Amino acid sequence: MTTPFADFRAGLIAVFPTVAAAVPFALILGQQATEKGLTPAEMLAMSSIVFAGSSQLIAVGLWSTPTPVAALALMALLVNLRHTLMGASLSGKIAHFGRWRYLAAFLLTDESWALSERRAVDRPISRTFYFTVALTMFVFWQVASVLGTVFGAYLKHPEAFGLDFAFPAIFIALALGFWKGARRTGPVLVASAVAAVAVHATVPGAWYVIAGALAGIAAAVITAPREAPAETLDSLGEATR
Amino acid sequence: MTIDPVNFAAILAMGVLTYMTRILGFLIADRLPKSGPVRVALDALPPAVLVAVIAPIVMSGPIEAVAGLAVLVLALRLPLIATVVAGVATAALLRLAFL
Repeated sequence: MTTPFADFRAGLIAVFPTVAAAVPFALILGQQATEKGLTPAEMLAMSSIVFAGSSQLIAVGLWSTPTPVAALALMALLVNLRHTLMGASLSGKIAHFGRWRYLAAFLLTDESWALSERRAVDRPISRTFYFTVALTMFVFWQVASVLGTVFGAYLKHPEAFGLDFAFPAIFIALALGFWKGARRTGPVLVASAVAAVAVHATVPGAWYVIAGALAGIAAAVITAPREAPAETLDSLGEATR
Repeated sequence: MTIDPVNFAAILAMGVLTYMTRILGFLIADRLPKSGPVRVALDALPPAVLVAVIAPIVMSGPIEAVAGLAVLVLALRLPLIATVVAGVATAALLRLAFL
């Protein structure tokens, strides 16, 4: 059993690299927003109400006068559809949150989802762990995106410093944590990677994440061992325990 | 420090639809069976989504591919933060050398 303080500490340690990766991203977002004429207050409103990095960056790219409200809303829906898949996989692991799940859903990001799923491989996700991770991301996201509207002009070429690579680096490291052997995880990774790269090259927008995820899921279901033998093995394990 | 009403309407619409995508997954999962193919699918979802996000980035150029491979090897031995720092440094050095 872990104590709330230990979970708080584990959450902070887990979230630290993702915060370090998200801050430059938020600064650029703020800078881009200013170039489109958005005010710091509007940036704060967007970051706290939408709180979804890539859709915010695309939204700022699409922003024009008059404001294309319907196009922005539809784009946010499509880009963030992957959150539905993430919520579905996380749901059972945080069922014990009760009503707090409605807040947990609001704070769900790629990062807090990935860190929580990684945590769930080893132990249950406590409320303290989840909200430490999610709220820390939230606070830094607000502060950095608003700071970006003020100081963003100084950070025009983050890729020269390799900062854009922090994000994939985090995800590669986290993905390794889900490895359950070549037979079980291999087909998932190959199918997902091939589908994502193919769709990314041919279809505009963020459909590649959905396509890759669905291909990976399909590969898992097709290559999964049959239910009945697995259950027999389980009961066999119980009997010998 | 002003907020234009039309801009605010756009932000609110984005926010509402984004929240829908987030809560929908939680609500759907409650009604799904807890075993069988659906369970297998949900268990495969985290690695599938992570790889789907990463793969196009890593395949976007030779520098990204090399840096991605370096991260993969480093992540087997180093804690997350050290892996990220090393990955960022690798990408920066490669770009400095070849761009």
